[in-house]
Amino acid sequence: MKKIIFMAGVSVIGGFSLLPFLWFVTTSWKTATEISAIPPVIWPSFHWEHYHGALAQHGLLRYIANSAIVAGATTVVSIVIASLAAYALARFKLRWGRYYLLLLLALSMFPQIAIAGPVWRLLSWLGWLNSYHGLVAAYISLSLPFAIWVLATFFKELPRDIEEAALIDGCSRWQTLRLVVLPLAAPGLFTAAILVFIHAWNEFFFALIILTYPAVQTLPVGIALFPGEYTMPWGEIAAASTIATLPLVVLTLIFQRRIVQGLSAGAVKG
Amino acid sequence: MIHSRDPVWRFLLPSFLFVILFSLYPILDSVRLSFYRLILTLPWLGQKFVAWENYHDLATDPVALNSLVTSLIFVAVTTPAEVLLGLGMALVLNESFRGRGWLRAIVLVPWAIPTVVSAQMWRFLFNDRYGLFNFVLFGDATDRYWAPLAEPGLALMSIMVADIWKTSSFAALIILAGLQVIPGELYEAASIDGASSWQKFRHITLPLVKPALLLALLFRTIDALKVFDLVFVMTQGGPADTTNVLQFYGYKKSFAEGMIGYGSTIAVAVFLLSLILSLIYIRLLGARLLAQERSP
Repeated sequence: MKKIIFMAGVSVIGGFSLLPFLWFVTTSWKTATEISAIPPVIWPSFHWEHYHGALAQHGLLRYIANSAIVAGATTVVSIVIASLAAYALARFKLRWGRYYLLLLLALSMFPQIAIAGPVWRLLSWLGWLNSYHGLVAAYISLSLPFAIWVLATFFKELPRDIEEAALIDGCSRWQTLRLVVLPLAAPGLFTAAILVFIHAWNEFFFALIILTYPAVQTLPVGIALFPGEYTMPWGEIAAASTIATLPLVVLTLIFQRRIVQGLSAGAVKG
Repeated sequence: MIHSRDPVWRFLLPSFLFVILFSLYPILDSVRLSFYRLILTLPWLGQKFVAWENYHDLATDPVALNSLVTSLIFVAVTTPAEVLLGLGMALVLNESFRGRGWLRAIVLVPWAIPTVVSAQMWRFLFNDRYGLFNFVLFGDATDRYWAPLAEPGLALMSIMVADIWKTSSFAALIILAGLQVIPGELYEAASIDGASSWQKFRHITLPLVKPALLLALLFRTIDALKVFDLVFVMTQGGPADTTNVLQFYGYKKSFAEGMIGYGSTIAVAVFLLSLILSLIYIRLLGARLLAQERSP
């Protein structure tokens, strides 16, 4: 009896998390008639027209490429900068180190609107509006607090002996970081990279204000501004959404354990 | 600790640069701009210092007051709901059963998908002509179908549903991490003493998971105060400003209407509000961090 109630709980949680999204995904394979049918058609006829429409008419490939470039560049640069900072914070005895960590924590909580106007003006002054590097610069500063926190937590847990041996053998701090610490911390770096990538891939607010030309816009902007006033092209929106989400769902299913670990390292372990 | 030849600043400088240029300077500039009249669409007016005028306007702006109330209602409803749902999920995910790895991965799906995608998804589910929501409520009686996103009383609730769906799993993860550090011996000892499941939950689980619950609550509060993507896609602040939350109002003033000065004033107000919440959070987490540094 207890087991039945428990399994019911498991199904409710699974259904709640998955069914709404699954419904939207199957919508992308339905014909226009099936989408608007009452009662709803549950099993789609696996019609691929909406994917063709989204890719050919709405330039979905362009948005995908833009998102991949922006999220990829953000991830690489953030992880490099964050590992340098996190290593210093984890290993050098800095009197103000923890205040820097607390400042980063406070920064990560700022509402985006609080910095949006000046960031826009700064990028406009630099001539970086509607450019990849403009958005990437903003994204790096958004992801650094989280990345530094997670990596500092990972670095602190690494054994010090090997590092100290390397330092005694005459390695500089920089060589020690590059040749000893980073290879050991690879799982942590990878976890932080996945989380930064997901965040950059999904970010909408700054992408919306910084990118106003469709040629450079990212997927979330493309999906949010999908054209259609009275009759929404739901099949195509669902197709675009499915494509935008696919890499994330694959990442999540494969790296579930790491993601959970990374999020709780950032949040709970402190 | 071994001394080395590399100065510390070389390691920290790149992160300082980004933090100063794209976080600290913008905050200060927002504060400065909040005392100016600066309209993007009327560049010939330039920047005019107007002292407290923007703040006076903000205090007497009924739309701003309405935004504040809307945001606070949104936070007050969604965060407790998400933490309670998250607790339920975490309790189930903490048990060992076949397929737990799969369920943990499935629970992460709403968290992983772009908010913009989940907004379009809920907009489709709440569709007034063939949305699943209406079919579940009214079946074939299409003449009774609602348009929740166009009804002043329902639009905010619909956005809350979308937010709760999207972020409960994040709360669940934080709470799960808290549950995992509770030692199993406590439950064994309680079982030997003849405690019921409810007593174990009430007297062991709940007190020990409280810090994680609080953390989830604060995280969600700070995040819910920033809600923007759902509103932008689902309602654009309407109908009749009933979903015009603070961040959306600030965006509209600064970027849709180009009133950077007044928009900055809204930004500063939102910033102060979340600063208060952040300070509570930092006290909580900061105390733990300092304790950790003292006992390495």
